[in-house]
Amino acid sequence: MGKLLAIVLVLIAVLSAYPIVTHMFVLPEDISTHGHAIDDQLNDTMLEAGLSFIGAQIVLAIFVWGFSNRKAGSPLKNFPGGAKVAVIAAFVLVGSEVLALGVMGQQAWAQVYFTPPKPDALQIQAQAEQFAFYFRYPGPDGKFGAIHPDKIDEGNQNYFGLDPANEVEARDDIVSGELVVPVNREVQLLMHAKDVGHSFYVRELRIQQDFVPGLDLSVHFTATKIGKYEIVCTQLCGLGHYNMKAYLNVMSQENYEKWLKEQASQ
Amino acid sequence: MQEGSVQEAHVHAPPEGFLRKYVFSLDHKVIGKQYYALALVAVFTGMILSWLMRLHMVWPNAKIPLLEMLSKNGAPGGVMTPEYYLSLLTMHGTLMVFFVLTNAPFAAFGNYFLPIQIGAEDMAFPRFNMMSFWTTFAAWVVLMLAFFIPDGPPIAGWTEYTPLSAVGKDAGPGMAWGASLWGISIAIFCVASLLGALNFIATTLDLRARGMTLMRMPLCTWAWFVTSCIALLAFAVLFPACILLILDRHAGTSFFIPSGLVISDRVQPHAGGSPLLWQHLFWFFGHPEVYIAILPSMGIVSHILINSMRKPLLSAKVVIYSMMSIGFLSYMVWGHHMFVSGMNPMSSLAFSFPTLTITIPATILTLIWLGSLYGSNIQINSASLFALGFISMFVAGGVSGFFLAQPSIDIYLHATYFVVGHFHLVMGVASLFGVFAGTYFWFPKMTGRMMSETLGKLHFWITFIGAYCIFMPFHYLGLIGNVRRYQSFVDDFMAPYMGWHKFVTIAALITGAGQFIFLFNLIYSRFKGKPAPENPWNATSLEWSIPSPPPWNNFGGRHPVVYHDPYQYGVNGSKGDFVMQDSPEQVVPASGD
Repeated sequence: MGKLLAIVLVLIAVLSAYPIVTHMFVLPEDISTHGHAIDDQLNDTMLEAGLSFIGAQIVLAIFVWGFSNRKAGSPLKNFPGGAKVAVIAAFVLVGSEVLALGVMGQQAWAQVYFTPPKPDALQIQAQAEQFAFYFRYPGPDGKFGAIHPDKIDEGNQNYFGLDPANEVEARDDIVSGELVVPVNREVQLLMHAKDVGHSFYVRELRIQQDFVPGLDLSVHFTATKIGKYEIVCTQLCGLGHYNMKAYLNVMSQENYEKWLKEQASQ
Repeated sequence: MQEGSVQEAHVHAPPEGFLRKYVFSLDHKVIGKQYYALALVAVFTGMILSWLMRLHMVWPNAKIPLLEMLSKNGAPGGVMTPEYYLSLLTMHGTLMVFFVLTNAPFAAFGNYFLPIQIGAEDMAFPRFNMMSFWTTFAAWVVLMLAFFIPDGPPIAGWTEYTPLSAVGKDAGPGMAWGASLWGISIAIFCVASLLGALNFIATTLDLRARGMTLMRMPLCTWAWFVTSCIALLAFAVLFPACILLILDRHAGTSFFIPSGLVISDRVQPHAGGSPLLWQHLFWFFGHPEVYIAILPSMGIVSHILINSMRKPLLSAKVVIYSMMSIGFLSYMVWGHHMFVSGMNPMSSLAFSFPTLTITIPATILTLIWLGSLYGSNIQINSASLFALGFISMFVAGGVSGFFLAQPSIDIYLHATYFVVGHFHLVMGVASLFGVFAGTYFWFPKMTGRMMSETLGKLHFWITFIGAYCIFMPFHYLGLIGNVRRYQSFVDDFMAPYMGWHKFVTIAALITGAGQFIFLFNLIYSRFKGKPAPENPWNATSLEWSIPSPPPWNNFGGRHPVVYHDPYQYGVNGSKGDFVMQDSPEQVVPASGD
């Protein structure tokens, strides 16, 4: 039965690698300026992790094949070099992988988190709530009206709790259920959670960031391809979590401006 | 190396009466079996919950009449509601992590075999030990009550992230008393685990037989010892976290709830708390918990592999030091669960590095197991098949950790099925393979009867191939961005991949059904199995030097004396190719070695 296990182990290694090697499951097209660094990092890791996986399964298979249920009295042997080889191999192989991936990974991470948005980045506020996203644009004055939790009134579509009667900044704010952004323009998303934790995940943008109640977080990105992409919530937020989504609509600069005007006139 | 101390008097009198013998027993062996039985109930409950979730995900309108009997609100007409899916998800995770993966490899086997393997008559504190089990049992009862209250179990997942879990009924179904029961249950569980961990540590340090130096302890005893040290620190942090959560829910405090939250159209009467505080406290426990689940299985598998290979590992010392480094590093990596949580991005890098580093001791262990197989003579049986399967699963689940340890990749893969595949393989399946191996190996000692090898092997093949069929596709689905914790997929982009989800569901049904073969084997062999000799596997450690099953005081009043390292295999002994730990004979290396 040892030989059967060896065969199954090899089959598992081959079959597990097959969908990856044949690109049956590929990441959706990257539409961000930073995403390629993440994709490269992921591909490199796939190569290293994949080889380690296949290598280990095959070595296990070979040893199980060769050394199971041998004839009584077969001489026992020790692996040449013994534990020392195992320890050195782990330190050298994995250690160098750790360092390489760690250092390279920092660069990909830094592009998202350690590079501040440019001063002219378009600021949009995103609010996550059970179970919808709303997006707010500051309007011609470039300023957001303050959020007043006690004034939030979903029935009257005052999702952000704005007080336009008393606050000038709030009067020209534009609120949308869709995140509309111009192509090739950097966007800084200011994230606000109304009730519980949520997350902002756009696969094509290679962005995932939690909304944390009480914390002012932001992410910034530049979308490089016109189109409509799904925004989904990835932080378990209650019974409607699976249905909490919105769309990212990347438009040309002209169409974006047209859209803004239409929204302002409503 | 310091000599172990000699135990003096009997730790307790022989048990008399049904209650003392079988219910409120002080005997570590009975307590170990009680833990095992509780884990068995929990694992089958958890597995059936996963069946229900899988069925609902691919056939959302399927009617399951039994489900309506369990919850009228959760499954009107037998069709599961989205929120009930989340209830089952929460209960599945909680049962599996706490009541199965902590109880079975650590509390159950540890209780039964740690004292015997070090030559002790019982645990250091038998009454504490009994209390640990019954406290764990109480925690289980409180958790299960959530199924039977009108509101149902909580829907916030096994991590119970705040503020969702902290604000009470406004947060949705199950978040009123369901979530409170969860918090109370886990707080009780923490107390039980703390008592258990202290007992393990005291027993290991104080009750070793003469000659049983630390380095002469079997590797599974080492693993249980390291695990108890981890558990002591981890549960000591989760306990106050649960208390604070309960206070937020019932005493109007705001440890985890900031101001200005509007939930269910109500401005919440809280201010000043931090949701991230809960995440830090939870994962400070939660990550070491992964090692609480896997380390005992590493020890058990090493112990069994050596016996099956008929030769020692390349180095037991290296295994011990690797397990200790894993235990130590496990405290520095909790933040890798929080890369996208909004904590300082600099700390993500600080958490990423030790996470990647932990791969080094894990790889050393793997290479030691693999390298030791070389030139050995592996006896294939149910126990060794599961032990070998463990190595395969541990590698499969481990390599995906390489992706998730890197914050940049985690931006994309976080909260996808990639993560689900990763942790199920490495902490779930691998750990359970250790438990299965341990069961087939030690069952003869625990019951005095052998398990059926035919059924055992059948169980292995179904479980081994089935687990790969279930969890490998999860990784692939994660790569395309399939997010987790969704009860159904209404997205356009998922449509072409729903066939894979159906495949996984069918694999889960078959693999789950295979577990009933194991259950049958356990029950059948307990009563009808072939009588087991004292040492059916020609093993060397102390548990094989006493009758099967052992008498109430383990060594029948004798004080064993230990002369050797635990793994004298491949030698010319008086009984064969091994020398037992308590045999005074000299070890003669086999010729030609």
